[in-house]
Amino acid sequence: MTTEPGLAPANPGVIAGLDEDAGSRNPLRDPRDRRIPRVAGPCVLVMFGVTGDLARKKLMPAVYDLANRGLLPPGFSFVGFARRNWENEDFAQVTYQAVKEYARTPFRDAVWEQLSEGVRFVPGEFDDDAAFDRLAETVRELDAERGTGGNYAFYLSIPPKAFPTVVQQLKRSGLSDSGGHGWRRVVIEKPFGHDLASARELNATLDGVFPPESVFRIDHYLGKETVQNILALRFANEMYEPIWNRGYVDHVQITMAEDIGIGGRAGYYDGIGAARDVIQNHLLQLLALMAMEEPAAFDADSLRMEKEKVLSAVRLPADLATGTARGQYSAGWQGGRQVWGFLEEDGIPADSRTETYAALRLGVDTRRWAGVPFYLRAGKRLPRRMTEIALIFQRAPHLPFSATDTEELGQNALVIRIQPDEGITVRFGSKVPGTAMEVRDVNMDFAYGESFTESSPEAYERLLLDVLIGDPPLFPRQQEVELSWRILDPVEDFWATYTKPDQYPAGTAGPASAEAMMARDGRAWRRL
Amino acid sequence: MTIDLTDTTTGAILEALSQARRRLGGPASGMVLTLIIVTDESSQYDAVRAANHAGREHPSRVLAVIARRPKAESRLDAEIRVGETGPGETILLRMYGPLGQHADSVVAPLLAPDVPVVTWWPDEAPPAPSTDPLGTVAQRRVTDAASSDAPRDMLLSLAKAYQPGDTDLSWTRSTPWRTLLAATLDQPYPELLSGEVLAEPDNPTGDLMAAWLGLRLGIEVRRGESGGPGVTEVGFETPEGKVTISRPDGRTATLSWPGRPERRVALHRRETDDLIAEELRRLEPDEVYGETIRALAGGSAR
Repeated sequence: MTTEPGLAPANPGVIAGLDEDAGSRNPLRDPRDRRIPRVAGPCVLVMFGVTGDLARKKLMPAVYDLANRGLLPPGFSFVGFARRNWENEDFAQVTYQAVKEYARTPFRDAVWEQLSEGVRFVPGEFDDDAAFDRLAETVRELDAERGTGGNYAFYLSIPPKAFPTVVQQLKRSGLSDSGGHGWRRVVIEKPFGHDLASARELNATLDGVFPPESVFRIDHYLGKETVQNILALRFANEMYEPIWNRGYVDHVQITMAEDIGIGGRAGYYDGIGAARDVIQNHLLQLLALMAMEEPAAFDADSLRMEKEKVLSAVRLPADLATGTARGQYSAGWQGGRQVWGFLEEDGIPADSRTETYAALRLGVDTRRWAGVPFYLRAGKRLPRRMTEIALIFQRAPHLPFSATDTEELGQNALVIRIQPDEGITVRFGSKVPGTAMEVRDVNMDFAYGESFTESSPEAYERLLLDVLIGDPPLFPRQQEVELSWRILDPVEDFWATYTKPDQYPAGTAGPASAEAMMARDGRAWRRL
Repeated sequence: MTIDLTDTTTGAILEALSQARRRLGGPASGMVLTLIIVTDESSQYDAVRAANHAGREHPSRVLAVIARRPKAESRLDAEIRVGETGPGETILLRMYGPLGQHADSVVAPLLAPDVPVVTWWPDEAPPAPSTDPLGTVAQRRVTDAASSDAPRDMLLSLAKAYQPGDTDLSWTRSTPWRTLLAATLDQPYPELLSGEVLAEPDNPTGDLMAAWLGLRLGIEVRRGESGGPGVTEVGFETPEGKVTISRPDGRTATLSWPGRPERRVALHRRETDDLIAEELRRLEPDEVYGETIRALAGGSAR
């Protein structure tokens, strides 16, 4: 199969594999027929926590967008479960509002009408046996009325502390047992625990009820086009891989900056902090995709194998005091508005030691990356919202120009912008027009928005479809989660025992200690 | 902005383009293809509009080739639109007199460098698109049999002249149907004995779908007639009874399967801009179309 760079699907091999598989049974599917997309089979999506923001702003619109693109099967049904005294119609109305407001594709009455026929609602508490029995009855009725074939996906958009109750209820009511007819899948969102022990505990909760291949852990970053494009960039092209190593790369910076504070998430955020909130999952996943070796094939197992390999090669700095930094935003001015400090936020104790900024230096002990530091940072109330991966290259070993000619020449860089303005920038030196020989940094830019406007599906759309199809490569496995906690746990222990977060004024680029951490290595963070 | 150039040359057009870009503050970047539209004055508006719509997904340089008054003196008029209708560039090229026979000489210097070329005939297409001067520069040649007075004859002549890279919008129109049919057969299904596609008499999409199903399933698939709109039903005889997908209203399809509940799914007819956007999404030859249209010409569909 030939793939065009950029146009290539995120995991062409997986799609080809699926086609092969389906092709042997389905004469209408042909791997060469690229117009026919993958479509989910008959199924019911049962969602817990439908009153949450995520459900309203992302999940419900994603369901509609999938239907509008013709990617949901005839008879597809959508069941909500929550502590609300609603009828089916009330829930349909809530879904309708969410779709109208947040869907990305144009609203079509016919699509909505057809989708809404399959919308059901079951009211109840998580510990209410009768409610779960009603839920079981509801989905069986859907099987009979709408031909959903006994295939259920359970989306747990709920706090982790409710997982055990809900999972046990699914087991007790017989919902989790397919009895050989149809499939069962369960979808969970981060956080996957707050350390290694709790991650294992969470897994144990699920493990007894759903087999590992039926558990889909959503890290929505992995559903983003740009993130999937890392694989296309590295492995579909000839230009980059030869320099993707210690021979050329000086260091790597992975940044996730947010301009917002903790907002209404105080209850969740206090005691969690920036490292657990985003470094453990998003940033370490990005690191894995950047640093991993080429997988043997683009299927779930090969990809995970390579990611696990590289995550297990990640090494912490010998001295955690100088190789890490953390901070808390203090009151200040951010983006033209005066904002509270973290300790003054509602619901945060005045003596909280939770960090809102975390930075660490990691090594990757492989032949490819030995001696190349990976700097990770994540923070809130920084000057702007931005997620990027920057490969900073070494300086040319010899410059045939005089020192003054190249005064303004920096290090070459390749920057993958995850958000906003998804794209890739290459920074290199160029002669300044004029009679003197003077070399200065310039940028060469590829922007998704320009080359493929409107074609990238929302991350949740992609991931939801993958769940319904049962295509797992974009979902981290328990092993990856545990490896990430293994990396982070010693840092968290060290922080908890020996340090207090440094303060940084809201709207600045982070604490001075983070700058000092880079300066000690003779480097500097990229400007936010 | 719109720039009108009368009695002009391609050199002057390129100069005006680069000036316009400089004034709008950006270089020509992110252009993913050149789309040549071969049309006439009466239908250029719709075609260019559809292309610009599709251009939001695929920023492109659109060259509309419009032949005018073949008896007049040779003359080239250009209307350049930049930064108005979307991220791409649109140039309407009006060719008078004998120049109309040499449109390729005007188009060649205006192709955006380093990117693919697609030629689209929204109305009448040449009998052999791949040998037409405006077809040879393109790697993808898009025709539309439905625009012809005799769609079936046009399909047959396209089949005879088929070369990899040819494609027809009446095939593109079948994608949602074909997707639904493929999804239906993703489930275990009974033996299919024969099939039937019902569509308006002159509907080339119905012809192609019947040919495709016959080819793929190795069964006889009849092409029946209905009042439309478009394709209204696909049915299969099976030992268990008749399995049908029907869409009488052009909006919602119903899947009926003996012994199972009826299932409904949205299946709307699409506008030209959606069709063109789909065509431009993949630029490699559509081999399945090639096989289908040749099967149709070979008579296996009826």
